[in-house]
Amino acid sequence: MVVKVYGPAYASPKRVLVCLIEKEVEFETVPVDLLKGEHKDPEYLKLQPFGTVPVTQDGDYTLYESRAIMRYYAEKYKSQGTDLLGKTVEERGLVENWLEVEAQSYNPPMFTLTVQIMLSSKLGLPRDENLIKESEEKLGKVLDIYEERLSKSKYLAGNFFSLADLSHLPFTQYLVDHMGKEYMIKSRKHVSAWWDDISSRPSWQKVLQLYAAPFKN
Amino acid sequence: MVESVTRRSTDRQDQKFPMATPVKVYGPPMSTAVSRVLACLLEKDVQFQLIPVNMFKGEHKSPDFLKIQPFGQVPAFQDESTSLFESRSICRYLCEKYAEKGNTGLYGTNPLAKASIDQWLEAEGQSFNPPSSVLVFQLAFAPRMKIKQDQAVINENEQKLAKVLEVYEKRLGESRFLAGDEFSLADLSHLPNTHYLVNASDRGELFTFKKNVGRWWGEISSRDSWKKVVEMQKQTT
Repeated sequence: MVVKVYGPAYASPKRVLVCLIEKEVEFETVPVDLLKGEHKDPEYLKLQPFGTVPVTQDGDYTLYESRAIMRYYAEKYKSQGTDLLGKTVEERGLVENWLEVEAQSYNPPMFTLTVQIMLSSKLGLPRDENLIKESEEKLGKVLDIYEERLSKSKYLAGNFFSLADLSHLPFTQYLVDHMGKEYMIKSRKHVSAWWDDISSRPSWQKVLQLYAAPFKN
Repeated sequence: MVESVTRRSTDRQDQKFPMATPVKVYGPPMSTAVSRVLACLLEKDVQFQLIPVNMFKGEHKSPDFLKIQPFGQVPAFQDESTSLFESRSICRYLCEKYAEKGNTGLYGTNPLAKASIDQWLEAEGQSFNPPSSVLVFQLAFAPRMKIKQDQAVINENEQKLAKVLEVYEKRLGESRFLAGDEFSLADLSHLPNTHYLVNASDRGELFTFKKNVGRWWGEISSRDSWKKVVEMQKQTT
């Protein structure tokens, strides 16, 4: 029984895909077209009642929320592939700490920028330049804190690559490739080195190769 | 005046073995994120010392505080040499480090149960928290701080929260608690924001007028751990 991942074209499901590749876990993907509203179909809502991607099906077991899915597989397959959770309870605590930072501080402004810059024209909505400016400022402040952190530590949770770093891959790739904001990363020495390191991992390169971003400007 | 709250355990178990150093939590109990950690500590029966941070005086932005929480937010947390922040990660850490203490099922006792709890913890963090924390600020805190409320923001977030609670209403008709039959970290994580909305705003009916959500709120908010947190909040205002 191979795990199925829904919505591979989009950013959040890519967290799951890169995690599964790092853990050497086989998977299949099921396309979901957000622009056609397939995520709001009654059949999809039975799997994911909030109507967002991804959702995974592993035999009878359904799980949603990309970071919950990542944690489950990283733990289930702890002894194979890359260890993404640290080696001790304390290291795991630091992984969780920076994964929550990604979820609570990094992702919100990043997500707003994605919707405003990459999606608004597709949705027939005007860009909100004030919101873009505000989100870029918020993101800039977060990146300043990352710069300080990464000057003391090779990766976010410590000197080991973890779920915390991995979780940043999909939307940051949008930032540098499709939003014309690569300077936000490149202008920060340690963030830039960290980004070059994590984005050049074979697992991430494979995800980019197999599942292209659906919204290109 | 420096206040510290140290729970003295009278549990015979703790008297047999040397007492562990209490963990340290930095921040005021009235903060929703701080109270999330306090509820977890109480559920897990882990001794803690609560160190006040005067946010009205800007102590959370002081250089000393920024060393332990670089975003200048509460809570910050220390367990001997381990320093952490972000309330939901502190809760997960406590459940893993002190797995055998207090409520041993709080983060599940098998991988599938834990995954379900993580799913609903993420739903809380990603779908429930954004609109509910805006409403907590606008309805419960802004008036106290003499900040003008923004009616458009209130309406927008009330609508968002109502949509999320529709999903919860359906789920809680099928399951006693969010992740399954047992109270878990996922339910716990909802206590702080919901408490303010039900008790310190006029929008409590978003929760109490829904049959299943109302039933669930009644159950989770009457737990001893949460009652103690509410008491701590009252003592420090």
